[in-house]
Amino acid sequence: MANQDFPLIFERSKEGRTGYSLPDLDVPEIELENELEDVYIRKTAPDLPEVSELDIMRHYTGLSNRNYGVDSGFYPLGSCTMKYNPKINEDAARLEGFSHIHPYQAPETVQGAMEMMYDLQTALKEITGMYEISLQSAAGAHGEWTALMMIRAFHEANGDFDRTKVIVPDSAHGTNPASAVVAGFEAVTVKSNENGLVDLKDLKRVVGNDTAALMLTNPNTLGLFETEIKEMAHIVHKAGGKLYYDGANLNAIMGYARPGDMGFDAVHLNLHKTFTGPHGGGGPGSGPVGVAKELEPFLPKPVLTKKEDQYIFDNNRPHSIGRVKPYYGNFGINLRAYTYIRTMGAEGLKKVSEYAVLNANYMMRRLEKAYDLPYSQHCKHEFVLSGRKQKKLGVRTLDIAKRLLDFNYHPPTIYFPLNVEEAMMVEPTETESKETLDDFINTMLTIAKEAEDQPEIVQEAPHNTIVKRMDETTAARKPILRYYRSN
Amino acid sequence: MEFRYLPMTESDKKEMLTVIGASSTDELFSDIPESIRLREDLKLKKPANEYQLKKELTEMARKNVNVKEYTSFLGAGVYDHHIPSIVDHVISRSEFYTAYTPYQPEISQGELQAIFEFQTMISELTGMPVANSSMYDGGTALAEAVNLSAAQTRRKKILVSKTVHPESRAVVETYAKGQNLDIVEIEAEDGITSLSEIEKHLDENTASVVIQYPNFFGQIEPLAKINNLIKEQKKTMFIVSSNPLALGYLTPPGEFGADIVVGDTQVFGIPAQFGGPHCGYFATTSKLMRKIPGRLVGQTTDENGIRGYVLTLQAREQHIRREKATSNICSNQALNALASSVAMSSIGKQGLKIMAALNMKKARYAKHKLEEANIEVVFKTPFFNEIVIKLSKPVSNVNQKLLDKGIIGGYDLGQVYPKLENHMLVAVTEIRTKDEIDKFVKELGDING
Repeated sequence: MANQDFPLIFERSKEGRTGYSLPDLDVPEIELENELEDVYIRKTAPDLPEVSELDIMRHYTGLSNRNYGVDSGFYPLGSCTMKYNPKINEDAARLEGFSHIHPYQAPETVQGAMEMMYDLQTALKEITGMYEISLQSAAGAHGEWTALMMIRAFHEANGDFDRTKVIVPDSAHGTNPASAVVAGFEAVTVKSNENGLVDLKDLKRVVGNDTAALMLTNPNTLGLFETEIKEMAHIVHKAGGKLYYDGANLNAIMGYARPGDMGFDAVHLNLHKTFTGPHGGGGPGSGPVGVAKELEPFLPKPVLTKKEDQYIFDNNRPHSIGRVKPYYGNFGINLRAYTYIRTMGAEGLKKVSEYAVLNANYMMRRLEKAYDLPYSQHCKHEFVLSGRKQKKLGVRTLDIAKRLLDFNYHPPTIYFPLNVEEAMMVEPTETESKETLDDFINTMLTIAKEAEDQPEIVQEAPHNTIVKRMDETTAARKPILRYYRSN
Repeated sequence: MEFRYLPMTESDKKEMLTVIGASSTDELFSDIPESIRLREDLKLKKPANEYQLKKELTEMARKNVNVKEYTSFLGAGVYDHHIPSIVDHVISRSEFYTAYTPYQPEISQGELQAIFEFQTMISELTGMPVANSSMYDGGTALAEAVNLSAAQTRRKKILVSKTVHPESRAVVETYAKGQNLDIVEIEAEDGITSLSEIEKHLDENTASVVIQYPNFFGQIEPLAKINNLIKEQKKTMFIVSSNPLALGYLTPPGEFGADIVVGDTQVFGIPAQFGGPHCGYFATTSKLMRKIPGRLVGQTTDENGIRGYVLTLQAREQHIRREKATSNICSNQALNALASSVAMSSIGKQGLKIMAALNMKKARYAKHKLEEANIEVVFKTPFFNEIVIKLSKPVSNVNQKLLDKGIIGGYDLGQVYPKLENHMLVAVTEIRTKDEIDKFVKELGDING
C-alpha cells in the first residue's frame, strides 16, 4: 500500500463494464432523435468510468483507508470542534420519513419534519438566548452573510444608508471580513490588546456613525473569553451599530452564558461543530441564524411558525431580506443536531462545555513549558501555542504539524489566528478521554525534545504517511484540476 | 445522569484540576462576568436515552408522507431517482464523513482524490474545463456565478430568465442586493425564454445572462440561439444552470459557449431530504479558473515523485484573501459530492445516457397518456422529464385528492407564476412504472373531470 500511486476511478475503467442497475423501459420505445433538433443531442458521451460494483467498492474503500476522520483518531483542530459524531444521528437522518420527503409536498404531509425544525428552533433560541432562529443558512459563512444582510436591511429600514463598515477583530476567522464584503460592507480591523482581547481603545477609535456592526467570536479565536463584552456592546450600540456573534466557539459556554444575554443582536451557529453534524470532509454543514427582536422582521424567507396545532412556512414577510437558500436549509444536518440536543439535554450540554474547557486547560498547562504560550490566563475550549521557541532551532510550526502525522494524530490548526507567530491552535473537545489527551501531550513533548536534539527528524516529517510533503507550488503554478484519459 | 459521549470520570477531573491549579471547573469559567453568567439551567427537553429517542424520531418521521411509500410526480428542482445501494455504504465509511476539510494532504489523500474525481466528472458532464469541489446547492451556486460575472466584467446588470427556478432566482436576488446588482427578469414565451426580450435588455452594461437548461418547466432552452445573441456583446457572460442528468442526453452548455455552468447533483445519489443538504456544482472556462469560488483540488507529486492531490489556488479563498475575497464560502458539500461521485461511477458512461433517455421516454409516455385523457399539455417545445399541464381546478385541491390515492402530485405553478394558475408541473423519472403513470393519469382525469 505505502508509497505507491493509487489509481483513479477512471483508470480502473474498462469499456463495456457496467455498475448500474436501472429500471426497465416498460413504456413503448420511441425515437427521441426525431423530436430534438440535432444540435441538442449530445454526440460525445461524458467520460464517466465503466466499472463494476465491486470495482467501485474497492476503489472507495481504498480511498477511505487513505483518509483520516474523528473515528480514526484524535483531531485537535482548533476552531473546528472535531468532536465525536454520534451514530444515532446518522440513523435518524436515514429514516425514510425524513430522508425521502420532498420540499414541495403539502405542509400537512410533512408535519413531523416541521415539528422537528420547530423544536430545534426552540432549543437553539434557549441555548443562545436569542428571540428567533432561522434554520435556512447552509453553513457558518452563509449564516454570517445572512445575518449581515439582515443588519443592513435593518439600518436601511431606519433610513440609515451610511453604515457601510463592519468591524472585525484582527484575530477573526477569515470568513468574517469576506462575509462583510459579500454583504456589501467594508471590513475594518480592530486590534487586540496585550491580553489577547479586543482593545477597547482601538474599538472606540474605529467605531462611529458609519458602523453597521461589530463581528465577534466569544470566546475568541485565542480561546479567551472577551471579558469586557458588556462594555463593547455598549460602545457599539451607542454608536448605533449592531453586535454580531460568530458561533464557531459556542462549545465553550453552553449553559454558562448566552450571546443574547451578552448583548449580541445576531448570531450564527455551526451545527456541524458544536452540535455534532459531521464535517463530511468539508461539508455539508448548517449555519442557523439567531436574532434579537428588533431584527426579527428581516429574517430570511420562509419563517417556520406554528398556528394552533399546525406548522406553517410563512412567506408573507414584507421586510424579509428574501431567500438565502432554496427550500428549508440543510434539513438533514439540522436533524442530526436535533438528535444530539435531545440526547444531551440541558445537563448534558452544560457538561459538554465544562469538559471541553477542562480538557483544553489541562493540555495547555502540560504543554506551556515546552512550547511558548503567549496568553497565560485560563482558556476556554481551545488555546493557542506559539512555535517561536522551536523556530529558533530551525523547526517550524508546519514541521511540528507534519511530525504529528507520524504518530497518527491530526495536527492542530496552524498559522491561525494571524496575531500569533507560528501559531498552533489546539481544541481537544469534550469527547476525548484523559488517556487520549495524555498520549497526545507526551507526543508533543517528544517532538519538542526532538526539535532540540535531532531537528531534522521533525523538519523532514512526515516519515510514515502514504505520501510525503506535496509539491504545492507546482500545483498552484501549473494547475491540473481534472483527469484526462491518455490514449 | 451519565452521558455516553463524555468519557471523563470524577477522578480524571480531580487529577486534571490539580495540574491546572484550579479548585473546580467553575473556576475556569470565572472570566465570564457575573452580570452575564447564566444562573439557571437551560430549559430544554429532558435528555432521552438511545432507545427512547429512536422511537420518538421514528414516530416523528412516520408523521410525514414519504416518496418511497407514495408514488411521486413532484420534481421542480428536487427529483426522486434511483439511488444505488453502494452510495450509502461508501458515504457511511467514517474515515470520510468524520473528516474535516483536507488541509493535511498526507493523511487526506482519500478525500482529495475523491474530490479530484468529482471535479473531473462535472467537467465531463458540463463540457467545461474546470469544476470546483462543490457548493451548498444549485441555487447558491447560481448566485455565486452571478456575483462572479459582475466582478469579472465590472458591470452591474444581470439578465435572468423567468424560466429559471423561482427559488434560485430569489436567492440570486438576495445575493445581488449585497453587491448592489441590478437584476432584470426576462419574460418567457411558450415555456421558453423570449429571445426578443433578451435582445431588448442586453446592452454594454450587461454582466451576464442566466438561463436554465432544461428550464424550470422542463423545456429545453435553445442555448445555441441564445449564445449567438449574447456574443453580440463582447464581455457579457453566459451562465447556464443545468440538471446534470439531462446532460447525459443533451449537448452540454460548454459546447454552446457558456462561461459558467452551475447546478445541483442531487439527481445523483442524494435523497430529497426535505430540500437539503444537496450539492451544488460550479464549472467554468479556463479563463475563470483563478476566480472560481470555493475549494479546488489539484494534482501534484510528493517529495518522492508519487502522484497525489492537494487543495490548490487557495489564494482565491476567504481564509487567505479575507476582505479581498469575492466569495465567503468555506464549508462546501464534500460528503454529498462523494455520494454523487459514487452514483455517477455506478451509472457510468453507458448508463448515463440510458438513464437520461429513460426519463425522457417515460415522460413522453405520460404526456401521451395525459393528452389521451384530454388533459392539456401546455408547452410544445422539446422537454426533458417534466411537463406542464393545465387543470380545471386548483392544483392544491387536485393534489389533496391524489394523496388519498397514494399519489404525490406535481408542483403548483400558480404559486409563483400568476398566469399559470391551475397549472401543474409534472415530473416523471426513470423509477416511475407504466402502471404508476397509467394510474396517475386515470385518477387525474377523474378528479379533473
